[in-house]
Amino acid sequence: MADQATFTDQAMPFMGPLYSTALRMTRNPADAEDLVQETFLKAYRAFASFQDGTNLRAWLFRILTNSYINRYRAQQRRPDETDIDDVEDLYLYRRLAGGDEQRVGRSAEDQLLEGISDDEVRDALEALPETFRLVVLLADVEGFSYKEIAEIAEIPIGTVMSRLHRGRKALQKRLFDYAMDNRLIDVGDVPPAVEVLDIRPTGTGA
Amino acid sequence: MTGASKSDCTDALEDLYRYLDGELTAERRARIAEHLEACGPCLSAFAFEQELKVVVSRCGETEVPAELRDRVAQAIAELGDRR
Repeated sequence: MADQATFTDQAMPFMGPLYSTALRMTRNPADAEDLVQETFLKAYRAFASFQDGTNLRAWLFRILTNSYINRYRAQQRRPDETDIDDVEDLYLYRRLAGGDEQRVGRSAEDQLLEGISDDEVRDALEALPETFRLVVLLADVEGFSYKEIAEIAEIPIGTVMSRLHRGRKALQKRLFDYAMDNRLIDVGDVPPAVEVLDIRPTGTGA
Repeated sequence: MTGASKSDCTDALEDLYRYLDGELTAERRARIAEHLEACGPCLSAFAFEQELKVVVSRCGETEVPAELRDRVAQAIAELGDRR
């Protein structure tokens, strides 16, 4: 008798994060709701096999991820990874941070962080290829560890790190392009794409 | 001058995400923290990535429609207690 009440008490508080992830993955509220409902029903049916003391949140996300893959596998395509591999590490920062460390006032980085809308960040997340999108959501939105993400997505930790790395680069490229298109940053603030983080003797430069 | 060598910077930036994600050993973490105290450019890169992570985290969340909560609660109730 306690079974249903226990499940409801323990699992229902995770509906928020599960729904947010489902929505970012399906990009459609009706599909996200169906996916969440399916997740909770599967979890409820399997709840007897859930080991008390293990990570219920990660277990629920694993069921959500499996359900998503089963539903949408037919539509899955290999992401165009070559595009992302061409993007340098720390793309946004390297494009925005000038060598001018004594500058006064708002930096290009601050302008971007303050000027970009939540909707645009959401669009950028949803535009990521889905294998990258999932790990970025699990790491940056849900705060799961690499090990937990590996278990949730059933992939090796090395794959988690590589997808996260590429996903973040792709996200940054999109945010930068958006910021430039919408003049969130002064074009004059943006240095050419060079290794701006190299430690150089002071006084050198263009 | 920062007192940091270029290879310290390369090593720190290499581990930037693992640092922000809390995936480093305490020892490695302490070494990077020490480097960041001495190196302005690396500190500012780390700070930017940290802030961006917060922005992404905030934007990923969406409130659950009340109707979905009711729907799931009802579906579970219909399945009944399971033993």
